[in-house]
Amino acid sequence: MKKIVLALILTGIVIFSAVKILTTENYDHTNLDMLKEKYPRNYSSSVDHSQFVILQKKFNSPQEVTEACISCHTERDKEVMQSSHWNWEREEYIEGRGIVYVGKKNAVNNYCIGVEGNEQSCAKCHIGFGMTSTTFSFTDPKNIDCLVCHDNSETYAKGNELAGLPDPVLDLNYISQHVGKPMRTNCGVCHFYGGGGNNVKHGDLEETLFAPSKDIDVHMNSEGADMQCVDCHLTEKHVILGKIYSLSSMNRNRSTCEQCHTENPHDEDILNEHTYKVACQTCHIPLYAKVNATKTNWDWSTAGKLKDGQSYEEDDEDGNHTYLSIKGSFKWGNNLKPEYIWFNGTADHYLLGDVIDDTTKPLKINTLNGTYSDRDSKIIPVKIHRAVQPFDPVLKVLIQPKLFADKKGEGAFWQDFDWRRSSELGMKEVKLPFSGKVSFIKTEMYWPVNHMVSTKDLTLKCNECHSREDSRLAALTDFYMPARDYSTFVETAGIGIILLTLLGVFTHGTIRIFSSKKRFSENQNFSEVNNGK
Amino acid sequence: MENDKVYIYKSFERFWHWTQAALIFFLGFTGFEIHGSISFFGYLNAVKYHNIAAYSFIILIIFAIFWHLSTGEWKQYRPTLKNIKAYVNYYLFGIFRNAPHPTNKTVLNKLNPLQRLVYLGLKILVIPVMVISGLLYMFYRYPQSGGGIEVLNINSIEPIALLHTFGAFLLIAFVITHLYLITTGTTITSDLKAMITGYEEIETKDENVIVEKLPEITEEVYETR
Repeated sequence: MKKIVLALILTGIVIFSAVKILTTENYDHTNLDMLKEKYPRNYSSSVDHSQFVILQKKFNSPQEVTEACISCHTERDKEVMQSSHWNWEREEYIEGRGIVYVGKKNAVNNYCIGVEGNEQSCAKCHIGFGMTSTTFSFTDPKNIDCLVCHDNSETYAKGNELAGLPDPVLDLNYISQHVGKPMRTNCGVCHFYGGGGNNVKHGDLEETLFAPSKDIDVHMNSEGADMQCVDCHLTEKHVILGKIYSLSSMNRNRSTCEQCHTENPHDEDILNEHTYKVACQTCHIPLYAKVNATKTNWDWSTAGKLKDGQSYEEDDEDGNHTYLSIKGSFKWGNNLKPEYIWFNGTADHYLLGDVIDDTTKPLKINTLNGTYSDRDSKIIPVKIHRAVQPFDPVLKVLIQPKLFADKKGEGAFWQDFDWRRSSELGMKEVKLPFSGKVSFIKTEMYWPVNHMVSTKDLTLKCNECHSREDSRLAALTDFYMPARDYSTFVETAGIGIILLTLLGVFTHGTIRIFSSKKRFSENQNFSEVNNGK
Repeated sequence: MENDKVYIYKSFERFWHWTQAALIFFLGFTGFEIHGSISFFGYLNAVKYHNIAAYSFIILIIFAIFWHLSTGEWKQYRPTLKNIKAYVNYYLFGIFRNAPHPTNKTVLNKLNPLQRLVYLGLKILVIPVMVISGLLYMFYRYPQSGGGIEVLNINSIEPIALLHTFGAFLLIAFVITHLYLITTGTTITSDLKAMITGYEEIETKDENVIVEKLPEITEEVYETR
């Protein structure tokens, strides 16, 4: 007995020490520590722009500011004019299409559909002055709006419907004397309000990120690292890392987590192994639209209803529009769990004039390519924006209607509420035929979720994906995932074998008990008989 | 009928048996958590513990193989058709009539022909399949990662996982059968006691017992030398 106890203790010690040794943390934290030290440092400019004489003269137009900028920062204008922020398009190679030029200029979305014909309003977010469809010069450097990105006074603002010109009341001297590296406010003023309101488009980019807490975004936390957009979207010669796949197509020039964190940032090997197939964002952004809601559905087909001849709006309890006569019905959501897809870094887009093969199923406005078996694909979180939007049922193409106009009678939908007329004008603007019929089609748009990175403790737990029920990856069925998946055949066969074994054991045991009892009583009888003799 | 006490299981053998039993139980428990059937340790812990237990098991297997080879005990597992009918008859009929076991358990012949078949099957089929599929499962790297496993050209963990799972079901069935059959020794607990103490009560004085010829094995031990 002593030996057994000894053996048990010995075994226990062996297993215990094995567990201890194998699970000890031996991760080198210096990388993360260096990053933590680097980013909270305050950036200070090497020059004081308020000392420059050229910035003290009276500016009669914003273009004069730009001329002043370029007079010192020569060549910068040429860099800017190469950028997609300026051109609103990029040269892209798309499998099956060849080289195409895609960008805000010509892309279709399932929010306000398209820019062409509506520049007067949309150009509020162009980095130029006066971008309208006909008169704007993309080759005149004076049209570059340096201040919208480089204003550090936080007072610069573009005017509404001025095609990108600033609000005329601004003090351009003060602003031009307070310029520097772009801050979150500079980027956010456009990128947080895309689609016509806060957080309408992305879901992970919204005004809370001007000064977020740690819970909202661990990097941008204004009490902590307070990282600015350009700390990750590294920029050299006005080429900015990163782009959104609603507009871009190729796997290049991406801003990644790995550029700081490396591909093996975890203590646990088993977690590092996940990085082959799972993007960082998948686990580290468990929820998006953490504060303000983002638009999840847009139904254009209900647009145009009027009350007493007037357009009207309906809001939900949080103040989000649920109906606008000019735009239709909306659904919103916050604290949303992303949906998940395979993505290899390349995307295709619905381009104006593409004939829709199947009008019965939702049309993907942008298709993010990827499958499990594709070696470059990883699982990424996405916001899918679902819409119902106008299309031409005869020619089977999406319609880009003319939406914006200053006044009634010009045929713009937002003034006259006439689908046919606005579609006709809109399609004419993009030089495409229109049959005269307007119908509505379901569409989907895929927005990779990259921001609102959570703290470690809120990161996804294994069993949020690895589980039979409610797996976050339930929709990705092209691969086997432990815990989520099983083979019905193996399960049935295995459980069947176990049940048969139990049945066999039970039957055999019962007969044994029964027969031994019988034998026992026979023996009893026998001995009784013997005793009787 | 009288029973003798015979020293059957040596100390390493008992240590091996019980450690293996504990590990198989633990591997099964954590394994079915990884499989999504139960939830106890938490998924990450279940994976970690399962891996540690797996390594422990492999180390134990290496020791056991060495022990089997160095002591010649491996010969106990050589399959034989001799007396197999007698044993089938015994378990199907004789056992209910309190008939004696067809052969005697001895140090040199402690496994009956059915045990030989089943244990051999475990040793050369089920356990190796579990170890190999388990190692593949553990070291499965997607082909692009350059972990060396791409030469096997396995594009999915699915066949590995399914094989490993099926093996686990078989082992459960084995354990159930095993636990039941150890009650069929000379007395209900004699087999259990034997594996704990090493000494087993053995029916020796029954004229119906076919006395296994011991030299059969010892001769061959010499032959192989």
